[in-house]
Amino acid sequence: MKVKVINRSEEEATRERAQDLRKVHHNLDPNLHPFEKAVEYTRALNAAKLDRVFAKPFLAALPHDDGVMCLARNPRRLNSLLSGCADGEIRLWDIPAQRCLRRLVGHTGQVRGISVIPGGEACVSCSTDCSVKLWKVPFAPFEAGSVMEDDEPVLEFQGKNAFRSIDHHWNKNMFATAGAQVDIWDHTRSEPVNNFDWGADTVLTVRFNPAESDIFATTASDRSIALYDLRMATPIRKLVMQTKTNAIAWNPMEAFNFTAANEDCSLYTYDMRRLQTAACVHQDFVSAVMDVDYSPTGREFVAGSYDRSVRLFAYNGGHSKEVYHAKRMQRVFAVRFSGDGSYIFSGSDDMNVRIWKAEASQQMGTLLPREKHKQAYQKALVERYKHLPEVKRIVRHRHLPAAIYKAGKTRRTIIEAESRKQRRRVANKSAPAKDLITKPARKKKVVAELE
Amino acid sequence: MASEEAELSIELDETVLQPSNTKKRRRDKEEKSELGLRVAKFKRGEAVHTSKITDKKLKGKQQYNERLASEAAFKAAKADEWLLPHDAGELEAEGMERTWRFKQEEIVEEVEVGAGRKVFDLKLEELGPYSLDFTRSGRYLLMGGRKGHLAITDWQRAKPVCELQVRETVRDVKFLHNEQFFAAAQRKYVYIYDKRGIEVHCLKEHTQIRRLEFLPYHFLLASIGDLGVLRYQDTSTGKVIAQHRTKLGSCDAMRQNPWNAVINLGHTNGTVTMWTPNITTPVVKMLCHRGPVRAIAVDTAGRHMVTSGADGQVKVWDVRMLKPLHAYFSHKPAEWLDISQRGMLGVGYGRKVQVWKDALAEKQQSPYLTHVMPQGMLRDFHFCPYEDILAVGHSGGVSTMLVPGSGEPNFDSRVADPYQAKKARREMEVHQLLDKLQPDMIVLDPSDIGQVRKEPKEVVLERKAAAVEANKARHREADEKNAGKKKMKGKNKPSRRYKKKQLNIVEERKASIKQGQSGGAAAISAERKVQPIPEGVPKALHRFYTKGG
Repeated sequence: MKVKVINRSEEEATRERAQDLRKVHHNLDPNLHPFEKAVEYTRALNAAKLDRVFAKPFLAALPHDDGVMCLARNPRRLNSLLSGCADGEIRLWDIPAQRCLRRLVGHTGQVRGISVIPGGEACVSCSTDCSVKLWKVPFAPFEAGSVMEDDEPVLEFQGKNAFRSIDHHWNKNMFATAGAQVDIWDHTRSEPVNNFDWGADTVLTVRFNPAESDIFATTASDRSIALYDLRMATPIRKLVMQTKTNAIAWNPMEAFNFTAANEDCSLYTYDMRRLQTAACVHQDFVSAVMDVDYSPTGREFVAGSYDRSVRLFAYNGGHSKEVYHAKRMQRVFAVRFSGDGSYIFSGSDDMNVRIWKAEASQQMGTLLPREKHKQAYQKALVERYKHLPEVKRIVRHRHLPAAIYKAGKTRRTIIEAESRKQRRRVANKSAPAKDLITKPARKKKVVAELE
Repeated sequence: MASEEAELSIELDETVLQPSNTKKRRRDKEEKSELGLRVAKFKRGEAVHTSKITDKKLKGKQQYNERLASEAAFKAAKADEWLLPHDAGELEAEGMERTWRFKQEEIVEEVEVGAGRKVFDLKLEELGPYSLDFTRSGRYLLMGGRKGHLAITDWQRAKPVCELQVRETVRDVKFLHNEQFFAAAQRKYVYIYDKRGIEVHCLKEHTQIRRLEFLPYHFLLASIGDLGVLRYQDTSTGKVIAQHRTKLGSCDAMRQNPWNAVINLGHTNGTVTMWTPNITTPVVKMLCHRGPVRAIAVDTAGRHMVTSGADGQVKVWDVRMLKPLHAYFSHKPAEWLDISQRGMLGVGYGRKVQVWKDALAEKQQSPYLTHVMPQGMLRDFHFCPYEDILAVGHSGGVSTMLVPGSGEPNFDSRVADPYQAKKARREMEVHQLLDKLQPDMIVLDPSDIGQVRKEPKEVVLERKAAAVEANKARHREADEKNAGKKKMKGKNKPSRRYKKKQLNIVEERKASIKQGQSGGAAAISAERKVQPIPEGVPKALHRFYTKGG
C-alpha cells in the first residue's frame, strides 16, 4: 500500500515571530473562486459609487477686487499663477500657500491678457488702456505668511488702440498683441516691429504655436480664425465660421491641432492643415464658450463658459467628461490648466480665481503603493464594466444647476427639432436644392476658407 | 572585472547549450503541451476572434484585452505548476491489494503521525444522531445532536470552542459566513447562536425546518422543512428575501450548487427542483427517481449533481446540460451523499460509508474506500475542505476517517484560510460584506452576469409594436364586453358615497344657505366696486383697491 495524505505543519503556514508578516497563500484554481465575475461587477459598482462620493473638485478661491478677466501660468514654475482683473490690477499668486505675492499696479483699464516670457522671470500684460507693460515675476519665498507687496512695471509699450489679448513668443524676445490689428513687439523697441491685418475690425485673441513657434493663430470679430507666419510676414490661411470664436488653444502634443472656443456654445478642434472641416466638435455648454486651455499632456482640455460652468473634455471627446460649477461662481472668463496637469484654475466675474482638481475624485498628496494599486484597480474595474447600465448611470450622472439643466434641455429640443425639420425637408424635397444637403456638424459652421 | 565575468558566463552558456539543442527543443515542446493543458484550466471562456472586426479602435482594444487574458492564464498556469506548496493525497494498491479493502486502521498506521492524529472517534451516545458542518476553511466543526446538543470544536487541535444544550430537537446545523455564528434548525424555529453559544436570533419565519443551507457569497440562509416552503433570509440585513412555496410537500433533501448558488431540492415524488430567490417557480424541475429523493450532492465546479432515491438508485447528472450521465445501484437506498473538493463521491447508508473516486465523469466498477461504523447508524457526513478527511455524524457520536486525495491541498488565504488569525478574520468579514452579491444575481449560468446583451433595433421595435397591439386588443375586448351594459361608472366609489352622505345631511339647510351666500356675495362685490383709490396712496398699494370698470 502506498498512501499519502495532506499533512500541513502549522509552523510552515503561519509566521514564526510576532514581528513577521503573515503568510498569504494563493491558489488560482477557478473552482476555489466561484462568482468571480459577479464579485468583480459588484466591486466595479462600488468603485463607481465611491468615485462619485469622493468627487469634490473645488479646492480654493483666491480673491480679487473685480472680475477676473485673464489668467496666465508660468511655464517655468509650477506654483505660480498670474491673474488680471477688470480694475487694472494683476496679482501674482503662490498657489500651494494660497497667498498673493505681488500686486502689479499700473494699468488704468481692464487687463485683457497676460503672458509670461519663456524664461519665467517676467511677464507682459495688455490692457484696454492702450498699453502693454512688462513686469518682474519673483519667486515665492520659503517663509510662510503674508508677503503681499505692490510692484511697478519694468517696461511700458504704448499702442494706439485698446488691446484684447497678448501672447509671448515661445523662444524669442518678442510678443504679439491683438487689438485693432495684430502687432508684433520686440522687448527692445517701443514701437511694434510688424503688424498684420486681414479685414477685421478687432482681433480678439492671438496664440503662438508651441512647436512651430513662428506661426500664430488669431481670432477676430469678423467670425474668423486666421493663421499667420512671422518669418514670411504674411497671413497663411483664414477660416470664417458662422459665429465668433472667443479663444483658441493649441494642443501642446499635437501642435498642428488647435481648439477654438466658439460663441455658439461649442468648441471646435481643427487641424491647421485642413480647415474645411473640424476634427471634432465638443458640445455640452449652453452659452458662449469664453476660454479654453490644454492640459500639458495634450489628452484633455478645459473650457469656461458664459453659462457659469467649467467643463473638461477629452481631446477627441464630443461631450464633456466633467463639469464644475459653484453656487457663487459667475460668468467664467478665463481658464488655465496647471503646469503638471493636475489642477485647473478658473477666473470668473464674481471676483475670484478658483482652483479645481483636474480629476474630480483624485486623492491629492502622496499615496502609499497599496493605495495607488487599489485606485488603479478600481479605475480598471470601472473602465471594464462601464457599459453595464447600472455602472453607466452612476458614472455619467452629473448634478447641474437648474438654469444650466433647463437651458441644456431647451437646446437639445431646438437642435432635435431642427434636425427633424431637415430630415423631413430632405424626405419631401420641400426646399431649394442647396438646402437639401445635410452637412455634418463638423462642417456645418464653416462658412469659408480663404488662402 | 565585471565585464570579464560577464564574458565568461556567456561562453559557459554557449558550451552548455549547443550540444543539447535538439533535446531542449523537444523538452520545450512537451512542456508546452503540458503547460497548454494547465493554461486551459485558467482560460475564461473562448477567445474573441478579432480578424473580422472592421472598427480599428475596437479591434485594437479587443486584441489588447485578449493578450492580457492569455498572459494572465499563462502566468496562472506557471504559478499553479511551480508555486503551490503541497501535492494532493493519494492511495495506491499494490499487487493483489484493492483500495476498498483497506481498513482505516491500516491506513492510519501507514500515514504520518500528524495525519493519523486527525482520525478520532467522539462517543456521544445519548444525544445523537449528529448532523455536522465545517467552516469554509475546514478548521472548525459544528456538531448538532438530535436531542439538543450543539458544539463547535477546533477539531484538529482537539479544542472545544463552545458547547450548549438547547433541550429541543435539533434537525440541522449550519455555519454562517465564518465560525463566529451558526444556525440551528430546532423543533419549531431556526435559531442563530454565536461562537460563545449565546442565542443571538430566533428566526420565527422559519418554522419546522429540516434542512439549512448558507450561501456565503450572498449572505443568504436558505431553509426548507415540513411545510415545503423555501425561505431565503439575508443574514447581513436580517430581511427575508424570498419565500417560495414548493407545493411538493415536506422536503428533506437540500443542497446548494456552489458554482451558481442555486438551491437544489429533492422531493418525495422523485423530482429535483432548482430554485433562485428571484423566481417563485423552480428554474428547473426534473424527475430523477421513482420514489422519494433521499439526498443530493453537487460538486464544486457545478458540473455534476448526484442524487439518491428510495428506489435504490444513485444517479449522476450533468447539471449544465441537465442530462443523466450514469447510475449506480445501492443495496439499500443511500441516505446521504457528499462530494469532496477534488470530486470524490461519498455515499452512506445504514452503518456504511463508501467513497468513490472519479465516479462523476465516468462510471466506476468498485468503490475507492469503504468504511463500516460499529458505533451507530449514519446521520450525515461531510468532506472536510482542504483536508483528506471525512467526518461522519451518526447515532453514536462523531467520527472521522481518512480519505487520501479528497481535499484540495493548497488553500487560498483570500478565500478560506485554516490558519486565519483574528485580525485577518475581521478584515475578511469586511471584504466579504463589501463584495456581497445581491440575491437577484443568482442565475443558472453565472457567466451571464457582466454581459451587455443589446437587442437589435428591429427586435425592440417589433416588441414595442406587439405590446401596443396587445394593449389595444385588451382595451377593445373590454369595450366590447361593456358595450351591452349601461352602468353609470363611478357611482359607487367611496369618495362619491361619502359626498352623497354629506349632501343628505345638509340638504334642508342648503337652499337657505345658498340664498344667504349669494346675497352676501353680491353685497360684498357691490361694496368692492364702490371703493375709489384715495389720492396720495403710493402706486404699489393700488392693488388693494378694486379698480372701477
